[in-house]
Amino acid sequence: MGSDAKQHILTVLVENKPGVLARVAGLFARRGFNIFSLAVAPTDDERFSRITVTVDVESAPLEQIIKQLDKLVNVVGIDELAPEAAVERELLLATVSAPTETRSRVVELVGQFEGRILGVGSNEVTVSLDGSPAKVDDFERLLREFGIVALQRTGRVVLPKLDELPAEASS
Amino acid sequence: MKLDGGQALIKSLEMEGVETIFGLPGGAILPVYDPIIDSPIRHILVRHEQGAGHMAEGYAHATGRPGVAMVTSGPGATNIVTPLADAFMDSVPMVVITGQVPTSSLGTDAFQEADITGITMGVTKHNFLVTEAADIPRTIREAFHIATTGRPGPVLVDIPKDIVDPNNPRSAMDWYWPDAVDLPGYHPVTMGDPAMIRRAAELILASERPVIYAGGGILKARAAEALRALAERCELPVVTTLMARGAFPDDHSLCLGMPGMHGNYTAVTAMQQSDLLIALGSRFDDRVTGRLDGFAPDAKIIHVDIDPAELGKVRQPDAGIAGDCRLVIEELLVAIAELGGPETQPDRSAWRSTLSGWQETFPLSYEMNEPGELLKPQFVLETLRDSTPEDCIVASGVGQHQMWTSQYWKFNHPYTWINSGGLGTMGFAVPAAIGAKVGRPDRMVWAIDGDGCFQMTAQELVTAASERIPVKIAILNNAYLGMVRQWQEMFYEERYSEVYLSPDLPDYKMWAEAMGCIGMRVESPEEVQPAIDKANEIDDRPVVIDFRTDAREKVYPMVPPGKANSEIVVDPALGQGGR
Repeated sequence: MGSDAKQHILTVLVENKPGVLARVAGLFARRGFNIFSLAVAPTDDERFSRITVTVDVESAPLEQIIKQLDKLVNVVGIDELAPEAAVERELLLATVSAPTETRSRVVELVGQFEGRILGVGSNEVTVSLDGSPAKVDDFERLLREFGIVALQRTGRVVLPKLDELPAEASS
Repeated sequence: MKLDGGQALIKSLEMEGVETIFGLPGGAILPVYDPIIDSPIRHILVRHEQGAGHMAEGYAHATGRPGVAMVTSGPGATNIVTPLADAFMDSVPMVVITGQVPTSSLGTDAFQEADITGITMGVTKHNFLVTEAADIPRTIREAFHIATTGRPGPVLVDIPKDIVDPNNPRSAMDWYWPDAVDLPGYHPVTMGDPAMIRRAAELILASERPVIYAGGGILKARAAEALRALAERCELPVVTTLMARGAFPDDHSLCLGMPGMHGNYTAVTAMQQSDLLIALGSRFDDRVTGRLDGFAPDAKIIHVDIDPAELGKVRQPDAGIAGDCRLVIEELLVAIAELGGPETQPDRSAWRSTLSGWQETFPLSYEMNEPGELLKPQFVLETLRDSTPEDCIVASGVGQHQMWTSQYWKFNHPYTWINSGGLGTMGFAVPAAIGAKVGRPDRMVWAIDGDGCFQMTAQELVTAASERIPVKIAILNNAYLGMVRQWQEMFYEERYSEVYLSPDLPDYKMWAEAMGCIGMRVESPEEVQPAIDKANEIDDRPVVIDFRTDAREKVYPMVPPGKANSEIVVDPALGQGGR
């Protein structure tokens, strides 16, 4: 739980039109709502995109955030997912320092986490891991011991857990 | 039918029933101005784009129809940002068309380019940047639909020059008019939840000290008659907020008048001591609640608003109903009848006698000026009120004169009071009055303005004079930014910083005459009535009266900023000093 208790995940279905992300981001900024992470991509229907936003509900009541988002004309629908009701995934890319002395330990760590080696240089390797945000957190913490040259995380994307789907959606 | 985008834009406005556009042309919007020559739409050429926006607002307030303004790109567009923000705060239906640089120049810092959709994102209900001529009719249809449905508000439509310029092939389009709008993310609620309405009815029938807290949403929903039916059926006293003055008649025995920072003692204290606040189209604005944690501590809350986000935004309701005020009140009356009707209410005679006791003890009051002193603004307003027809439309600017007008006028009809509430835009009065007169030429229209406000938008009287729009302006000229002066006197130890304006620089009478108006100056009480009578007889041009008023006069009662409403300060002359 910990930090998750303060965070909620909103999946926001929006019309795939120019400037829609700016409208959503601008609303958060204007009303003082904090965004913890944000991921945006088209859906299987080209008219719509899905914004997955993890919000800090200490900054404002979740109900108010949802209602204000819903007022945006380009927002088609909002689903709220508590972390325990969601399947969450995040992707991490990192280039870490890996001279000969430590390289085998880096490779071993990547193997333990079922990550992948994407590139090998003379003193560095680039690795990737996709997994739950907690697992990615652990991986990032352990990688830091080797010295991180560059690191990028995508922010989480989510879908409801299958047994959490409403009855009509599964029928 | 082949049209160019400019023709299609004007034809789309005609299809929406637009009769008047307030605007000012410039480079990027030029091609749209050419087909105006052949259109039945009246165009009113303003002297500053801010004037166009406030005129459109005044028109919308007075008629209930959306106001329309059209300006050019860049500075034309940025000059209308204040009216957009004003209309957004006060939920005024308005459509603003802005010119834009050609699509090929967008983002290049072209001459008179401004990212107006970016700039106005936070102060419009929605905005559009149209990039294809074929999208113009659909977008205009959507803009009017969004502006006028649900919680009304301003919508901006940005039109790049190339899609309206007949010399550019990108402007060619086949005319069509969409049968319906397709907005998958826009579904305003209108019908309230029956279970919540029943809950609200139960609360009303159980309440011993109820107050209806009527806001501007009553007027937007055309719900004044429904409100009156509810109040009379259940004998519910009514306060009308600054945005709702006229939504319930001031001369009605159940009317308590205006609540808030400068509300009257009874309205403020009735809310404060109530056990049930029935908020109808109001939003618990800070100027009404005072310090929030001390506001109406014993009151349960029924909150009806067409905007679901208002429910629980400031104060958690016991019965929150998202819906159209008129429809919800009608359903509420049905639910009350089903529950046994008002006959089942507790005896409220003690509450009624408490309220009437306050009304007798704490009336609005002022002292008449001594000979040789300047006029009392309240006296000017009372004389003006008693010299104008009951359906006279009154517009005001923002400041002391606005509060006095709201306090001392008797609003007995809806849509007779037009002011800038949420944004508090100085300079609103003159253009808003002009817009109102254009929309309601059958009505007498007075603007009550302050001298500070008047200097901000007075140039629109040139517009009024040249278009023969006979509005009447009463300047309560106390030579100060009066409300700021009042705060400096009360809260900054009388350290007057940058608030003195001078009574005769400018010379308001000469300025009015230079703008094609009749100008008058009034300095003594016996001149007040004749000047007003003379102004009321003039119907072929605007009139401006410069009333020289006493700068020492303060607006009372007052809930000091940051204080709870229970700490209301009444006029010291009433002998109650602190509270």
